[in-house]
Amino acid sequence: MPALEEFSRRRHELMTRRASAPGLEIYVGMGTCGLAAGAQAVWDAVENELRERGISARLVRTGCIGMCESEPLLDVVRPGEPRITYGGVSAEAVPEIVEKHVLGGHPVEEHLIGQITDPARPYQELPFYSKQRRLVLARTGFIDPRSIEDYLSVGGYGALLKVLTSMSPEQVIAEVTRSGLRGRGGAGFPTGRKWEATRAANGRKKYVVCNGDEGDPGAFMDRSVLEGDPHAVLEGMMIAAYAIGADEGYLYIRAEYPMAVRHVRMAIEQARESGLLGKDILGTGFSLDLHIKEGAGAFVCGEETALLASIQGERGMPRPRPPFPAQSGLWGCPTNINNVETYANVPAIITNGADWFAAVGTERSKGSKVFSLAGKVARTGLVEVPMGLTLRELIFDVGGGIKEGKRFKAVQIGGPSGGCLPESLLDTPIDYDQLTATGAIMGSGGVVVLDEDSCMVDIARFFLNFTQSESCGKCTPCREGTKRMLEILTRISEGKGEPEDLDRLERLARVVKDTSLCGLGQTAPNPVLTTLRYFRDEYLAHVVDKRCPARVCAGLREYRIDPQLCRGCLLCKRSCPSGAISGERRQPHVIDQTLCIRCGACEATCPFGAISH
Amino acid sequence: MSAVALKEQELKQRLEPILVRHGRAPSGLIPIMQDIQAEFGYLPREAVEEAARWLKIPLSKAYGVITFYAQFHLKPRGKYVLRVCLGTACHVRGGEKVLEAVSQELGIAPGDTTPDLRFTLERVACLGCCGLAPTMMVNDQTFARLNPQKVKEVLAQFAES
Ligand SMILES: Cc1cc2nc3c(=O)[nH]c(=O)nc-3n(C[C@H](O)[C@H](O)[C@H](O)COP(=O)(O)O)c2cc1C
Repeated sequence: MPALEEFSRRRHELMTRRASAPGLEIYVGMGTCGLAAGAQAVWDAVENELRERGISARLVRTGCIGMCESEPLLDVVRPGEPRITYGGVSAEAVPEIVEKHVLGGHPVEEHLIGQITDPARPYQELPFYSKQRRLVLARTGFIDPRSIEDYLSVGGYGALLKVLTSMSPEQVIAEVTRSGLRGRGGAGFPTGRKWEATRAANGRKKYVVCNGDEGDPGAFMDRSVLEGDPHAVLEGMMIAAYAIGADEGYLYIRAEYPMAVRHVRMAIEQARESGLLGKDILGTGFSLDLHIKEGAGAFVCGEETALLASIQGERGMPRPRPPFPAQSGLWGCPTNINNVETYANVPAIITNGADWFAAVGTERSKGSKVFSLAGKVARTGLVEVPMGLTLRELIFDVGGGIKEGKRFKAVQIGGPSGGCLPESLLDTPIDYDQLTATGAIMGSGGVVVLDEDSCMVDIARFFLNFTQSESCGKCTPCREGTKRMLEILTRISEGKGEPEDLDRLERLARVVKDTSLCGLGQTAPNPVLTTLRYFRDEYLAHVVDKRCPARVCAGLREYRIDPQLCRGCLLCKRSCPSGAISGERRQPHVIDQTLCIRCGACEATCPFGAISH
Repeated sequence: MSAVALKEQELKQRLEPILVRHGRAPSGLIPIMQDIQAEFGYLPREAVEEAARWLKIPLSKAYGVITFYAQFHLKPRGKYVLRVCLGTACHVRGGEKVLEAVSQELGIAPGDTTPDLRFTLERVACLGCCGLAPTMMVNDQTFARLNPQKVKEVLAQFAES
């Protein structure tokens, strides 16, 4: 097979070249988060400096390395020296870094945040990284995602070659099954079993589909992988296609992720040019082609049957299962659908073996999991930790605890399908089954940390508002149930709730959970049920005392003017849209609570800070 | 030739390459609509009618699909589409205040477009940039760590030059 040999040779050449004495390298993190923080200006400044000073260096644009908090990031690697990372870099800081470090060899103290000696375990001295284990994220931040050469040079497509030359489809499935890999899209279904079912199903044609819809608010794992390492996802899909006998596939990616779509499109083009996609791939007889479908903005399309309907050009509405997509998916053909991160795990499993993968994790949850850490945590970002780590370690060791010395209140895990867990459950390990037992779920990896300034009723209402508006309307429990639940929650947050509302809410939540058609309705009550279970006091404060302890719910605020601080300047009186403020010039003003609409305009205008709630 | 006829001709001219590129498979409906919207900024009724005829599907089916997805717009939109993120991370870090500030600066409510067709304001469930919350997008560009003051600076960049 000359095509195969030629490809292997090219790959080895690239690997050898990378391993042998690299020259001067400069990296700029140019993922969506990097760009949002101003990486383009940094890139331009570096380019400019290099040109003006006639320095020859390899300037690499990489995806996100995970430290969102420190973007924009700039890295310098001088030949034979560790990779030095600068954070919070501005264009103005670039000349000094080039002058002193790139040319002079002396790293600049200001902006310096860490160094990488071993790319397999970056930044071991930083607490944000020391408990991480990066498998899926091993290459993001190290390679240029727009270059197949870069992916090949770090050993990419080695698993595909191994599969095509030395493994039968059955062997591939057995290996994935033995690894214990479970779906990373939320439900945690064993990946090997799904592949086996799709392989066993009868059909003239089979499909592989990648779920990149990532609709959970608070989640950006899949975005970062698609942006930062698209070839790994393609390689995983190719291996799956080989295993189940598919010759066509789709990647369904949210339209809100334009860079992810762009990078995957480039990756598919490059794979095709390199002979890794198309007919008779590398002369092995295996054929596969991949296409992109952009999601059109409907959360429910992340649900697998809705997603398939959407690819077919229809409304993205779920249908009852069985039949499962493995039996009847796209256009009635057996279809394997997995999440982005699930596929990205596959190449390493094939390359290193099932035992290597299964050595990390708990009894029934193997490997590592990517989380997007956000909210009131000190270090936000993208992290990958071994299964079995506790939530406490994730939030306090990796994430550095709560911002600005505030107190931890809850962690929201699993997005709109997940739940809010209190301090007392922080020692729960990251494990599919143990998280489910708490009433939350592992979910796809969104972790939002809440502090004492967050109101749990408000959070429950926030998620229900989301699921209610995203409910597709096909089944009654979800369409009507979520609406009624939202009404009750809104009532409570406006101070119009009554104690009986809590029981009503709970009963309704159980009905919606038990009777909805798809996962959207079956899990939508989780944020409500967990907050009712773990933070009942806060609900009671709202309905009994008519008080929002975190002072978030606008309807329960009471604005007051401090007569000691008020100078009687009349500004608040003029700004009040409902005429609730009275008082004479130079005399302390007062707010009539029955007229106040709690808009906060007075607080915003008062120059003396005399108004608070 | 009347102005209306000219417009019709222009519409056809811009529409045809899109239809030809996607072929006649009914699964092309959503990608065709995405491309039409990229070309015209919204989905003009005439273009939807033409596409439905091309795909040999009822117009009702085309509208059924279009109106299901949040991405599609039946009315002209602004040159700059502002999408303020109200995802979980942005919600707990003051996304609502950002939305309010944009809304006040532009004098329009979420979902609306300024009369000069310069800005459209939308709320979005999550932009996936949670580490830098609160955020918003202006067309394909993402802006991070916003507050009402920074909103003014961002909008100034896109105001009439
Ligand atoms: C409402 C809803 C939204 C979902 N959204 C996603 C999503 O954005 N990404 C994803 O991978 N799975 C999502 N899922 C799960 C999919 O239905 C499916 O289980 C998953 O894609 C299977 O892949 P996995 O086994 O690799 O996890 C969603 C499910 C529901 C019910």
